[in-house]
Amino acid sequence: MSIQKIHVKTTINGQPEEFLTDPYVSLLDALREIVGLTGSKEGCLDGNCGACTVSVNGKIVDSCLVLAAEVEGQNVETVEGMATAEGLHPLQQAFLEEAALQCGICTPGFLVAAKGLLDNEPDPSEERIRHWLAGNLCRCTGYENIIKAVKKVAENS
Amino acid sequence: MVNVSDSKKYKVIGTNPIRHDGYDKVTGRAIYGADVKLPGLIWASIVRSPNAHAVIKNIDTSEAEKIDGVFAVMTGKDLPQQEDQFIDHGEGTENVAWSSENIMATQKVLYKGHAVAAVAAIDRYVADYAASKIKVEYDILDAVTNVEDATKEGAPILLNSLVGDHLGKKVKNTNVASITRHEFGDADKAFASAENVVERTFTLQMVHQGYIEPHNATAHWDEEDRIKIWTSTQGAFPVRTSTAALLKLDVSRVKVTPLEIGGGFGGKISVYLEPVVSILSKKSGRPVKAVMERSSVFQGSGPAPGGTIIVKMATDKDANIVAAESSIKLEAGGFPGSAVGAAVQCVFAAYDVPNTRIDAFDIVVNKPKSAAYRAPGSPQVAFATETVADELARLHDMDPIDFRLKNAAKEGTRRADGVVFPKVGNIEVLEAAKKSDHWNSNLGTPAAGRVRGRGVASGYWFNVGLKSTVNLSVNSDGSIVLVEGSSDIGGTRTSISMQAAEILGIGVENFRPSVGDTETAGYADVTGGSRTTYATGFAAVKAAESLIEVLKDRCAIIWSLDKNEIDFEDGTFFASKDPELKFTFKELASNLDNTGGPAASSGSVDLESAGGAFGTHIVDVDVDTETGKTDIARYTVLQDVGTAIYPAYVRGQMAGGAVQGIGWALNEEYYMKDDGTQANVSYLDYRMPTALDLPNIETIIVEVPNPGHPFGVRGVGEVPICPPIGAIGNALHDALGKRFYDSPMKPGRILNVLGKISD
Repeated sequence: MSIQKIHVKTTINGQPEEFLTDPYVSLLDALREIVGLTGSKEGCLDGNCGACTVSVNGKIVDSCLVLAAEVEGQNVETVEGMATAEGLHPLQQAFLEEAALQCGICTPGFLVAAKGLLDNEPDPSEERIRHWLAGNLCRCTGYENIIKAVKKVAENS
Repeated sequence: MVNVSDSKKYKVIGTNPIRHDGYDKVTGRAIYGADVKLPGLIWASIVRSPNAHAVIKNIDTSEAEKIDGVFAVMTGKDLPQQEDQFIDHGEGTENVAWSSENIMATQKVLYKGHAVAAVAAIDRYVADYAASKIKVEYDILDAVTNVEDATKEGAPILLNSLVGDHLGKKVKNTNVASITRHEFGDADKAFASAENVVERTFTLQMVHQGYIEPHNATAHWDEEDRIKIWTSTQGAFPVRTSTAALLKLDVSRVKVTPLEIGGGFGGKISVYLEPVVSILSKKSGRPVKAVMERSSVFQGSGPAPGGTIIVKMATDKDANIVAAESSIKLEAGGFPGSAVGAAVQCVFAAYDVPNTRIDAFDIVVNKPKSAAYRAPGSPQVAFATETVADELARLHDMDPIDFRLKNAAKEGTRRADGVVFPKVGNIEVLEAAKKSDHWNSNLGTPAAGRVRGRGVASGYWFNVGLKSTVNLSVNSDGSIVLVEGSSDIGGTRTSISMQAAEILGIGVENFRPSVGDTETAGYADVTGGSRTTYATGFAAVKAAESLIEVLKDRCAIIWSLDKNEIDFEDGTFFASKDPELKFTFKELASNLDNTGGPAASSGSVDLESAGGAFGTHIVDVDVDTETGKTDIARYTVLQDVGTAIYPAYVRGQMAGGAVQGIGWALNEEYYMKDDGTQANVSYLDYRMPTALDLPNIETIIVEVPNPGHPFGVRGVGEVPICPPIGAIGNALHDALGKRFYDSPMKPGRILNVLGKISD
């Protein structure tokens, strides 16, 4: 298994980042194990739970299904990039206020996915929100408070 | 009965502060088990059986050991040999010999996914590759994957060492680990003279808790034979107990640090990976981490049992239930220990029945060893009882809620297994359901091609108490550090702190709560049995009361008074005879120097019972009669929660439990192939509800305070998964005029019952 590593030069949460990776390593593992950003979570490794959702050039993807080498020259955003020195992103604040998390393992993926929706569609219907977030599984909440939190941010923007 | 919004009795209890761990969890900073990083960390990969039932002939690890980057390889023979030994976790006992075989088989594999070997390597990719090079030879045996096949004459026997206890008789060569009978009154006589008798047979399939975070564990075995374990678990102390027993070490040689946990629902109590990474660490000298793949979570952890349940109930001419009988056969999985005992306690708990007989069978089958899943055993039997109750109500031409009210268990009712209920809220919940907007609303008209129906069902969970400890320390700035040993899966750091805050008369934002490891926190049993806000909260109340006494002593020193001259009220300490002498909590905290050292206190409880709780659910379903697909049009959850400490999270438990029940009722099942292996081992095929599948879940909190808790708390988490299967079955009957006795009520089954397709 000694294969030559690939040099990847990319942007993560607005900062230039360079790392070496084996060609078979997923973006999720590169973020977690090489770059050290463990906010993106592993739930299934086959693109069905959405816990590892990140945004690549503004488009949300399951980072377990993307190879690390594919983000060369791309712009990657993770949950760690949502809050700024000024404070939480409105979605993060709304998730806290609406009790939109219980165990919290799916929360980073939902936040990144919801941001991906609101960045492009600031005023989605509830049906649209539910459809957009159908790729993210939550087993604790029954989704209701997550939907409420996203609607709250949409209504206040 | 009061609704939380009307409760003005308390200052902190009943409010919805931002949870203490919230900021870490919305920013990605919170550290879950898989996020642990240690110097020199290597990764484990587990080799699992592809067969449902087979004898292990040989395991050849030589090729794996030669691979660059491999540090250690192990098989079940590296775990210590175990004799039968039962350890008590408070919620159920564990036979260490069987647990050891379950963690890694040495002789036989009993289900697909049963672990047989493991390897530790430089990263997970190398570890997985090396695992694929371990060669295991099997003699494949016939498999049995349901309780009927496992009990047939000539069925393959899973465990040669199993001696079944059949009503006190020892039986060898059996797959039936136990048969118990609970009998009261004269059921046969009552059935013979009854007006209406309904007897139905129900089948259910194995389902999984479905927590999004896979099992994980990291261990380091050091030079002094001490093991440090980092894991996402429902109970650090039970992990310590189990791991120490499995490795034949004293408990004090094992230190368990619980990380944040990404869901458990009962499934993260048993240990699977901890002893394996410990042995691999001992062999390699490195810290070793393992994270299960999702397919292994389905096939190699502890799902909830399916089974066959017969319920027979009878009424007199006035619609009083006069007798009830049940046969409950649950699949334990590869080793004994299904939730059949709890099922007995729950099956007729919602009703006042004078004559009962319950036979319960714990049956081993070639599926993963079943474990707890949210009110283990209760949703299965509630499906059966609530369907039969609905049929009886219709035979009497009665409103189903009126029928339940007429027969409702209440304070003083003897539960079928002998327990007499203290104050419970069954009637109050049913009355609230009857008054609810949902129950009084018109059914409305579904979209074209669909039919709509409404159903109702109740559910019960007894809840547990057990042991908990809370330690409090006062900071000089007036804040309080709270350390407890109960894993926080959904806001309990806050609900526990809120109870101490209420006693101390200060805001909960002054608390810095944390879940300690087994060497910093006092002992706590599992976060399970809906016990954490109840029992650990109770310990927090005791710790807070004790802290007030400590602080009164300090006031006495500062003011040169006698302790009995110091009073405390509403967060203020004062001298009873001199109103000038007073301290707010914060003022006192900054004046503790030279009064006898830092102020701290501890509270412990060991609670035998917890105050059971009832819930009633109302559901409207829309069925597409062409495709058989069922959508939930409206759903209301009503539940007696005793006192809602942290209402937003109480409602979250109610809604979340209901949604797990909806998935169980409509989609979820272990779909078994003819060779005894599970076909649907990914979230794509094991279809859990998504945001798009559900309407808003309406929640109505009913509060009938539990007399066994200082604030009246009842456990909340488990009750809401009990009613949904029955409620949805009853709604489908209302919509289609057909009864459903088999779960899940998936599209194919609905079309089958409608006569549109055959099996």
